[in-house]
Amino acid sequence: MDLVQLQRQLVNYRTSLYHEGFLDEQFTQLQELQDENNPDFVVEVVSLFFEDSERLLNELSKALEQQIIDFKRMDARVHQLKGSSSSIGAQRVRQLCVIFRNYCEAQNVEGCLKCLQQVKHEYSIVKTKLESMFQLEQQILNAGGSIPV
Amino acid sequence: MVLGNDASSSSLSNKNLSVLVVDDDPLIRMLHDNYLKHFGLKPLVVENGKEAVDLFQLGTSFDLILMDKEMPIMNGVEATKALRDMGATSMIVGVTSRGSPSEMQAFMEAGLDFCFEKPLTFDMIDFILKELNVNDDDDTNN
Repeated sequence: MDLVQLQRQLVNYRTSLYHEGFLDEQFTQLQELQDENNPDFVVEVVSLFFEDSERLLNELSKALEQQIIDFKRMDARVHQLKGSSSSIGAQRVRQLCVIFRNYCEAQNVEGCLKCLQQVKHEYSIVKTKLESMFQLEQQILNAGGSIPV
Repeated sequence: MVLGNDASSSSLSNKNLSVLVVDDDPLIRMLHDNYLKHFGLKPLVVENGKEAVDLFQLGTSFDLILMDKEMPIMNGVEATKALRDMGATSMIVGVTSRGSPSEMQAFMEAGLDFCFEKPLTFDMIDFILKELNVNDDDDTNN
């Protein structure tokens, strides 16, 4: 695939992520913060998001396996996940966190379990999509091109 | 001379502003740090309210403090109250991910100048910087 085709593919892919609700405006803000002084900013922030999320999702799974569930602690974790997903524009993850927090407040175990599954699912999808997008960007850079805005 | 692509507030006048970012989340610290750098600022970054208060007690002062609400050791409400009690005249802007009106109100009452929901955006920072430049002396910027 030549450079122009790669660039077109990237633009289409990125547009689809917005259209399908995986990403929102906040992700655009992140891209605007990236410049020659900070060329890897988006990848760095998103990597931090991946680390944070995986840790939080593990802690949430463990919390729901306990005999006595600490809903307050769980709520704090979901709150953190909501915060970081909203910071990078991971819209679907953020929206599920809102629902998850409602279940925590209602101390609804079934609801929490179901929500956790959904969050894990959405998280893994957005992670794959972002990684694919970064790979495309790298291909463009390797081919000597620049990333279209 | 303009720094960066989108800094609509005058970057030259911003260079002299001292800024402190207070947040326990490393992702947010990184994000806000970069936002501010994009506007030509060099923020100091700390992890909780107590560190902010300690800095003030050491005699450091800031033009602008971005204060998170939920933090361990000393949260944003406590830190803001403490800073105001110590006579801090910095512009303190609360940044919170809990958006309920009553919570934001309580945070404002601790002594904030403004309160925004996370995450910050370019427009919010632009607004804050414009307010800061207006409150500074009457020299014309640009």
